[in-house]
Amino acid sequence: MAMAKLTIEDLKRIKEEVRSTTVLREGGFRARINIHMGTCGIAAGARKLMSVVLKEIEERKINDVRVTTSGCAGLCSREPMATVEILGKPPVKYCDLNEEKMKEILIHHVLNGEIVEAYALARGSETTY
Amino acid sequence: MKTYRTHLMVCAGTGCVSCGSLNVKERLESELKGRGLSDEVKVVITGCNGFCAEGPIMVVYPEGIFYKKLTPEDIPFLVEEHFLKGRPVEKFLYTGPTIKEKVPLLKDIPFFQHQVLRALRNRGLIDAENIDEYIARDGYAALSKVLSSMTPEEVIQEVKISGLRGRGGAGFPTGLKWEEGRRYDSFPKYVICNGDEGDPGAFMDRSVLEADPHSVLEGMIIGGYALEAHQGYIYVRAEYPLAIHRLNIAIEQARNYGLLGKDILGSGFDFDIGIYPGAGAFVCGESTALMYSLEGKRGMPRIKPPRSTEAGLWGQPTVLNNVETFANVPPILLKGGQWFASLGTGRSKGTKVFALTGMVNNVGLIEVPMGTALQTIVYDIGGGIPEKREFKAVQIGGPSGACLPASLLDIEVDFDSLDEAGAMMGSGGLVVMNDSTCMVDTARFFTDFSVDESCGKCVPCRVGMKVMLNILNRITMGKGEMEDIERLERLGHHIKETSHCGLGKTAPNPVLSTIRYFRNEYEAHILDKQCPALVCVDLIQFRVDQEKCKMCGLCKKACPMDAITWEKKTPAAIHLEKCIRCRSCIQACKFNAIE
Repeated sequence: MAMAKLTIEDLKRIKEEVRSTTVLREGGFRARINIHMGTCGIAAGARKLMSVVLKEIEERKINDVRVTTSGCAGLCSREPMATVEILGKPPVKYCDLNEEKMKEILIHHVLNGEIVEAYALARGSETTY
Repeated sequence: MKTYRTHLMVCAGTGCVSCGSLNVKERLESELKGRGLSDEVKVVITGCNGFCAEGPIMVVYPEGIFYKKLTPEDIPFLVEEHFLKGRPVEKFLYTGPTIKEKVPLLKDIPFFQHQVLRALRNRGLIDAENIDEYIARDGYAALSKVLSSMTPEEVIQEVKISGLRGRGGAGFPTGLKWEEGRRYDSFPKYVICNGDEGDPGAFMDRSVLEADPHSVLEGMIIGGYALEAHQGYIYVRAEYPLAIHRLNIAIEQARNYGLLGKDILGSGFDFDIGIYPGAGAFVCGESTALMYSLEGKRGMPRIKPPRSTEAGLWGQPTVLNNVETFANVPPILLKGGQWFASLGTGRSKGTKVFALTGMVNNVGLIEVPMGTALQTIVYDIGGGIPEKREFKAVQIGGPSGACLPASLLDIEVDFDSLDEAGAMMGSGGLVVMNDSTCMVDTARFFTDFSVDESCGKCVPCRVGMKVMLNILNRITMGKGEMEDIERLERLGHHIKETSHCGLGKTAPNPVLSTIRYFRNEYEAHILDKQCPALVCVDLIQFRVDQEKCKMCGLCKKACPMDAITWEKKTPAAIHLEKCIRCRSCIQACKFNAIE
């Protein structure tokens, strides 16, 4: 496989491109999207939320957002659910989501820091005491 | 490049591969596919993670969760729980010899906490066979800086400021060596990377080559630029097939990108690298012998001067550095010599990679700042001695090195402190020994190794070491006399002073250091005809001490010759006519009842 020789600019471009996909190995995140993947969540369509989130992150070359999964959030009737946490701020739970709503949340809340009140269920974490 | 939410970094260093990590990887991929997670979760094969004792290892990002000792059978459960439902699986998490709770995150595990990664900066974070991942971690950024904005003199100056010294053993200042090589006006010149790692128990260079081959290539290209050389060679042991395989891939990728070959990065500088597999002679790790071997001649050291920097490979100016030395070069040029020199001690800057092995809980590959106390290495990183046994010594530097006793545990490890203690840094093998190790036998082992590997060119090494071995054999058989200790010392000093090459000059070190620090063991062998550690079979009586015997029967079970009789509630007895002196019973007995 013969390729065009790299210039210094090419090297920088490769670095930026690849780093956006490997940066999650380095820690240091600005925001976290947690998709609830209990049996109830998966049955209600949580996998579609995951796909749309990953697709958007890829297309927009976002490299400071961590995507995680967790089990049932305890409110099975309002699934699919996701929790968005901007570092240093209380997490926000969203419910009754679909792909469109998830995309909106990603743009407004994750990227611009504005909570999408219409889909929000609660702010802050539950206390266990 | 596709985005995944999770990266699974599966260790494929030689240790983990031999524990079955590739089967784990296959099962992971099929299980993720079966559950429709292949587009969300990526499996990456990395080089040695370092914590070889816990392999096969997998680290999960972005969380940084450390899973240990995975088997293919564990994978379906793990995938469902963690990668589908987001619940880390506790039973595969790490717990240490001194820690009760599980430690989920790699960064919280003591083994990793005391380490500073420079040569191993990409450890466990990149796919060794993917140049793009190396580039993403600032790979070839130093090269592009050097080629676009620095003169060869400035490169050499920066390396001199860093205080980097050769990591192969002798610790010659790298900047000085490069300057020497540049001074001679004879072309072509050559750059050689020494990957002929031959010390028993050493696997540092192997791990660097397997995990991050591009870091070595980049260091060599920079060296070539400083020297105005256009050809480099990597001399690597043929016994390292995985290292050779990954080097070949790396060289091919670098050529495709124009990072090797003509007009690198449009700078006008040409450089290429070839691989030369060595045939497995210890002496070929010596620089002049290595060059003869590369030329197709018999590997034997020659008299210096002229130094290789003046007349090396094919009589031309040649700079030869070790694998780890080259891996240290790119960050020095990228971040500056001052940055590098900010870590370390007086004349030893930066870090050192060690292969930590032997009687220690956390066997693995470690990198620590120069000046780290031996105590920290053995106890905090190494997790101490298993099976509640006593620390006895640490062998550092292989057949050129020494055995340091417990009283030197507070020594701060650097080139000079080790030299003072009669040891040497060597390439970085660090073998921990407990009270079941006989120091006379250890000295005999390394002497035997040196006799086997002596090239035979000079008399002190060829004959002198053989005489030392004969004396040691005599002592371990109970036929030694007190004068033998003095003979060994006198002969050892002669060999050190008169041998031809660095290997001969250091070959007596294992004997001299054990006499210096463990003279009482030599005396026990000679005067009392006893081996306190019960290793030297000719000095063991193979008799059961009736008072110490707890009548458990473990020795009988261990005996392969049925030479032990034992009934419940009676002490065991060994029948010498059947005994083959294999020591199985001694190793099985928990109460030291066999003498």
